[in-house]
Amino acid sequence: MGIRLLINAARFAVTFMVATVAVFIFMRAVPGDPAQIALGVNATPELLAETRAEFGTDRPLPVQYFDWTLGLFRGDFGTSYVTRRDITPLILDRVQVSLILVGLAMAAALLIAVPLGTLMAVNHRRISGILLSGLSQAGVAVPGFLAAILLVVVFAVGLGWFPANGWTPPGEDFGDFLRRVFLPVLALASVQGAILTRYARSAVLEIMSEDYLRTARAKGLGRTEALVKHGLRNAAIPVLTVTGVQLAALIIGAVVIERVFVIPGLGSLLLDAVGNRDLLTVQSVVMVLVAITLTINLLVDVLYTVLDPRIRKKA
Amino acid sequence: MSEHLLEVKDLRVSAGERTLVDGFNLELGTGERVGLIGESGSGKSMTATALMGLLPEGVSAAGSIRLAGTDHDLVGARDSRMQRIRGNRMAMVFQEPLSALNPLMRVGPQVAEVMLKHRTVPNRRAAAAKAVEMLASVRLPDPAEAARAFPHQLSGGQRQRAMLAMALANDPALLLCDEPTAALDVTVQRQVLDLILESVSRRSTGLLFITHDLSVVASICDRVLVMNNGRVVEEGTTEQVLTRPAHAYTRGLLAASDLEATDSGGRLFTVASAAAYVPPKIVSPPRRGTTTGTTTATRAARPTLPDASARTDHPAPATPAEQPDRGRGAGAVEPLISVRDLVRTYRRGRTSLFGAPAEVQALRGISFEVAAGQRFGVVGESGSGKSTLLRILAGLDQPTSGSVKVAGNEVAGARENELRQLRRELQIVFQDPMGSLDPRMRVRDIITEPLLLPGESARTARHAERAAEMLRAVDLPPEALDRFPHQFSGGQRQRISIARALIGEPRILVADEPVSALDVSVRAQVLNLLSDLVDRYNLTLVFVSHDLGVVRHLCDNVVVMNQGLIVESGPTEQIYEDPQHGYTRTLVASSMSLRSEMAGRAMDSREEVTSQGEGQ
Repeated sequence: MGIRLLINAARFAVTFMVATVAVFIFMRAVPGDPAQIALGVNATPELLAETRAEFGTDRPLPVQYFDWTLGLFRGDFGTSYVTRRDITPLILDRVQVSLILVGLAMAAALLIAVPLGTLMAVNHRRISGILLSGLSQAGVAVPGFLAAILLVVVFAVGLGWFPANGWTPPGEDFGDFLRRVFLPVLALASVQGAILTRYARSAVLEIMSEDYLRTARAKGLGRTEALVKHGLRNAAIPVLTVTGVQLAALIIGAVVIERVFVIPGLGSLLLDAVGNRDLLTVQSVVMVLVAITLTINLLVDVLYTVLDPRIRKKA
Repeated sequence: MSEHLLEVKDLRVSAGERTLVDGFNLELGTGERVGLIGESGSGKSMTATALMGLLPEGVSAAGSIRLAGTDHDLVGARDSRMQRIRGNRMAMVFQEPLSALNPLMRVGPQVAEVMLKHRTVPNRRAAAAKAVEMLASVRLPDPAEAARAFPHQLSGGQRQRAMLAMALANDPALLLCDEPTAALDVTVQRQVLDLILESVSRRSTGLLFITHDLSVVASICDRVLVMNNGRVVEEGTTEQVLTRPAHAYTRGLLAASDLEATDSGGRLFTVASAAAYVPPKIVSPPRRGTTTGTTTATRAARPTLPDASARTDHPAPATPAEQPDRGRGAGAVEPLISVRDLVRTYRRGRTSLFGAPAEVQALRGISFEVAAGQRFGVVGESGSGKSTLLRILAGLDQPTSGSVKVAGNEVAGARENELRQLRRELQIVFQDPMGSLDPRMRVRDIITEPLLLPGESARTARHAERAAEMLRAVDLPPEALDRFPHQFSGGQRQRISIARALIGEPRILVADEPVSALDVSVRAQVLNLLSDLVDRYNLTLVFVSHDLGVVRHLCDNVVVMNQGLIVESGPTEQIYEDPQHGYTRTLVASSMSLRSEMAGRAMDSREEVTSQGEGQ
């Protein structure tokens, strides 16, 4: 198990380094001089040269790369060429918002998906199972922004139970945070939950026909007892895989929901930065996303090892 | 004994309109051992599942099942009632020991669970201790270690022992076994069977043993029920049923499983030709277990067919007159296959940062030659390296060192395009007839594929003619050409595989356990077909199998492999009659044939009579 972890950590490091090179080259390949963008078309050559020196873009590319990478490791993303402000505090702020939003949404999705998927699998021949299955199909088909708008219309505008948009950090006013975060989390979780439910259903369905569940029943365990004691942990493995992939995709994919609810998340930051041609901010957000995705993969892998003893042996 | 342990009356199992088991009756006394024989689809497993009350959804049972000590009918009983009986009064051992154990749970807790569930132990600690005790009672080498192991860390035989420990933990009155040894190696099978027999005798547990293998039944059951198409067609004592079968189906089954009897043409009996079959008779059984004894019994029991007396001295099949020629041919001409000092080593993944990764020595320096026209058997258990050898012969894998020449082509170091010639000369029929045929290809395309040039269609007149001819050769109807593999039975699929292998007119046919997945009656047909085709097309046959009976029937020379080495080689009869190596002796002694088991029975029953006499 130790060696598996080491290999994974090494893979993490290598992938991250490769990503820094790739991102840096792609960003420099984009046409447009940051100084020119910052100053506009009417800038004098002297001013341009001065600004380039200020940004450091007049130095050779390898120097710029190492400067940027070293900054990354110190937690310093540099100063935006467009807003002339420090990127680091901005990103920290946004990452926090995104992680809270997506984390809560994914947790809620799992809370919906695992029991519902199991129920659907157990009753897959009965009307209730078929109905639930149809409902989850519909959930998969509904786009996130539509769910979000519907929720706003019903709960914020119609019933007035929750504010329609905005964000309060949990440290500031926890009650307000909860009220504001409820609808966006629900919007994200309903779509993600529907997808995960499908996977949970098929995982449990597959487990149900496994020989060891029959063995458990032959020992005298009841249907539910056998499923809970012997089935769910086995079914958790494929569900975990999908959860990991979805989680990574959602960090940025939540941007639509962020827009609807006017939440200052990472996705919104990325979109704005792309719109403003704010190269360094885009570059920074992408690196943060890479780091988050790799961390999720690492965690999923560790969880595999915890769940499945067969993997431990293979290393 | 007035009351039976188990009384099944008119059990009917049906799935909707379809009846799977019809009118099943059984009375089983305390400590009695009853065998339930049938081929796949006969309803034997369904019967056992119905007894346990574990029928799948949509399948229902009717009739009556009564188990002594429970005062109600098990048919239609509430599941909560059945839960108290399952694993307690009545337990079951399943076929595939790996999938029947929870892969994520240690073995000890899995055994302990059944005791905790039925509260036959006071607490968890006692359950854990009793679990180790149970694992010890099924003779696992290190029971405490086994209890801490996960199922994948045990071997197949050990897993089945653990299953048995689990089933016997609450000392059930009735044990159901569903093909418990079908997935095990020959030597392990014998050990597990002995263990089951010993365990149930010691505890006076009633045993219902489900199997397709008549020799297994002969070795452990008192009485036998034969099922076909959901009905019991014959019932009686093991002796009676296996030596004087009354029903045509039983006779057919018996004839087809008896690899030591051949008809006047030297072919195995099939269900169709069973009328001429003479079941084994028990003539003064000698001591059990020793090889010489077994074969003497076999000899004595050999059927007295018109030409049997002439064959007895040359039990090798096919054309015994040609055999000496083949033997001499091996020395005189260049051998068709020549393997010299073949070594194949695999590297395992690293398990530690330090030290070299573990190496698996699949083949540890083997040499042999196969002459043209020979029927060459390769016998070995799982892990013996026979599959690796096969892959290398077919050019699908490279030797680590040594030389392998197949029909003049050197495999070692050959590049992919150099192996094309070799693959034209050597074709394989694989074990699993379902898995080795592409489910989305029509039979026509499967069979003609080896002939096609790149981009060529399988529907040209020339190829259609060849495909039809091959189908005729393997006794399949011409309309089979346009069907898909799943529309055929296992035996038919294996015929398709054979047709595909032979269409390119190879000189060597390699058969990798081609009949191990087939039912007994089909097995005989496929073996006969294989034998006929080898003669008709002058093929050299390399036949890989764990089943000594099949190899003995089919092959004239054999090598015995164990742990990557050839431990013994020579003419088949010599190896079987007089094995020199310890491993070969164990293998021969462990392998079960109908006749040797019947002989063993007679011996045992005589012993029983003697001991009873002494007791009185």
